[in-house]
Amino acid sequence: MKPTRLTECGNWVLERFPVTKFWNDHMAHYYAPKNFNFWYFFGSLALLVLVNQIITGILLTMNYKPDAKLAFDSVEYIMRDVPWGWLVRYMHSTGASAFFIVIYLHMFRALIYGSFKHPRELIWIFGMLLFVALMAEAFMGYLLPWGQMSFWGAQVIISLFSAIPVIGDDLSLWIRGDYVIADATLNRFFAFHVIAVPLVLVMLVFMHLVALHEVGSNNPDGIEIKASKDPWGHPVDGIPFHPYYTVKDLVGVGVFLLFFATVIFYMPEMGGYFLEHANFIPADPMKTPEHIAPVWYFTPFYSILRAIPDKFAGVIAMGGSIVVLFLMPWLDRCPVKSIRYRGGIFKKALFLFVISFLALGYLGTQPVTPLATTMARLFTTIYFGFFLLMPIYTRWEKTKPLPKRLTRTHSLEEQLHALEEQLPALIEEITELKAVDTEIGHLAFKSTFFSRRPNPQGMAHVISRLVKKLKGSLD
Amino acid sequence: MNNKGVDKSKRQFLTSALTVVGAVGSGYLAVPFLAQMQPSVKAMAAGAPVEVDISKMEVGQLIRVAWRGKPVWVLNRTPEVLATLKTLDSELRDPLSNESEQPASSKNLGRSLKPEIFVAVGLCTHLGCSPTFRPEVAPIDLGEKWKGGFFCPCHGSWFDLAGRVYSGVPAPTNLEIPPYRYVNDTRIIIGEASEEKAA
Repeated sequence: MKPTRLTECGNWVLERFPVTKFWNDHMAHYYAPKNFNFWYFFGSLALLVLVNQIITGILLTMNYKPDAKLAFDSVEYIMRDVPWGWLVRYMHSTGASAFFIVIYLHMFRALIYGSFKHPRELIWIFGMLLFVALMAEAFMGYLLPWGQMSFWGAQVIISLFSAIPVIGDDLSLWIRGDYVIADATLNRFFAFHVIAVPLVLVMLVFMHLVALHEVGSNNPDGIEIKASKDPWGHPVDGIPFHPYYTVKDLVGVGVFLLFFATVIFYMPEMGGYFLEHANFIPADPMKTPEHIAPVWYFTPFYSILRAIPDKFAGVIAMGGSIVVLFLMPWLDRCPVKSIRYRGGIFKKALFLFVISFLALGYLGTQPVTPLATTMARLFTTIYFGFFLLMPIYTRWEKTKPLPKRLTRTHSLEEQLHALEEQLPALIEEITELKAVDTEIGHLAFKSTFFSRRPNPQGMAHVISRLVKKLKGSLD
Repeated sequence: MNNKGVDKSKRQFLTSALTVVGAVGSGYLAVPFLAQMQPSVKAMAAGAPVEVDISKMEVGQLIRVAWRGKPVWVLNRTPEVLATLKTLDSELRDPLSNESEQPASSKNLGRSLKPEIFVAVGLCTHLGCSPTFRPEVAPIDLGEKWKGGFFCPCHGSWFDLAGRVYSGVPAPTNLEIPPYRYVNDTRIIIGEASEEKAA
């Protein structure tokens, strides 16, 4: 068959620019483990949110003015007078919070399935650098609306640098470009937020993915699929990323957008957590708001800062709480990756860590009281204990034997079926059959009636079995 | 092509020399790039002194003025407050202001030129929030120990009404006292030290 004009044009390009090869290497012939579950949505969702932030961010710069006199009003102008400006701005502000939700879940996935371990240490390091860059991006973006929280939040965070001995004061002066947070600070934060940090973010995402595609994805079983290959050299437990995971991720995107749109349209301020109330007042360098708190995604680290009654030590602890995450691949001495086959001690430690992270996050949104400070100190200790004691307790772990191949998880349908089969026996156990002493003396009703009554003993049996099962799954 | 007779040491020398020259060049270029983020001449010049009229201040009243973009407090302290200040030493981190920033003329018990009139930069020495003025004694939210002072809402630092920091709070030093002087009994100038009488 004679090639058409169109295919000739296509070939002309492909001979000069290997689009097909790139597509095959990273999508159509990129083999990913076949057992990805719920937790594996968040990588692609993070990419989606990044694209959302870049597009809405570009649109916002078209009307925003990075000038201390004009900034606050220009944001209000976007909200009120620019066509669809409110939507673009809410997509950007909600996107910031969504970014952190997605990233925290993504990081949690890495913790439970050991995705940070050999040979994926660099993926984790690039990911952590991404997290730090994201925090810088979010922090600088938060100054731009020039509200009260913007101003005083930036004041506090930049003052953190002044705690560094010797160079601290000059360093914070250099960052601000003035003796106080002023127009110069706003202008340079705009430059960083719009140009510098996004470039770094995109570059790091690229490196994160290159490193990932070199060693291949981890999976919920935490074993390497490359260990068993078919005669063609493909992992037997792998499936091509496209179309299998592109389609799966599309479902995730759909569900995510449902939540995302709900927040944008019905609760864009999220009760003061996504957009803080005090930020609707223009920045006033003379007066700090009664209660200042960072946006929710910084509060766990902010709590750690507040918990330490010494300025420099507090800053060190806050920095340390992030630095220690970088060290995860070397702190964890357990050779088993996935939590499915790890010992109970790690599961319990991880549980305590999650509790303390959430509690620190909550405490960071609350005013300082003696009780809150004590609690914050307790949870800070647990937070650091999780990491610093890890080299010790992961050595004691009693791990379970690893499977040779990926295991199959039962689908929801199968689980429902199994439940359906067990249901009659369960009902039999928790209830007892009793003849009803019928009061109706009429002949027509003269047959024996039975009714089911709850059986406390049976219930106790079922509950104790459930508790044992729960405890068993924690060991 | 013959690679045997190549004298690699010359190449090595050229490579090293180029690397060094390149590094020095980059270093020189980094200076203006980094230094352009320093405060501009305009920002440095903006720190002009501010004159404040204190003739209309009532006893116990606090006024805020802006100096170099920072809030500066002027407080007219009551005799009771001055009496309380003397009793607090044991609860303070730096009662004699040895480690704190103030002009030599204000390094005294009340940290002021005249005992009643207290002037301070209203920014917490911890992370730079502006503490709130809480002159009342033992309010419900701050508890029995509160003798009146400044409370920083950001991280819970306590200062007394001479800007001295309590111990056991995050702030490391007492509030900064700016240089200021009296023009006459009712006017002060913030930003000019009291030693160098009108030039």
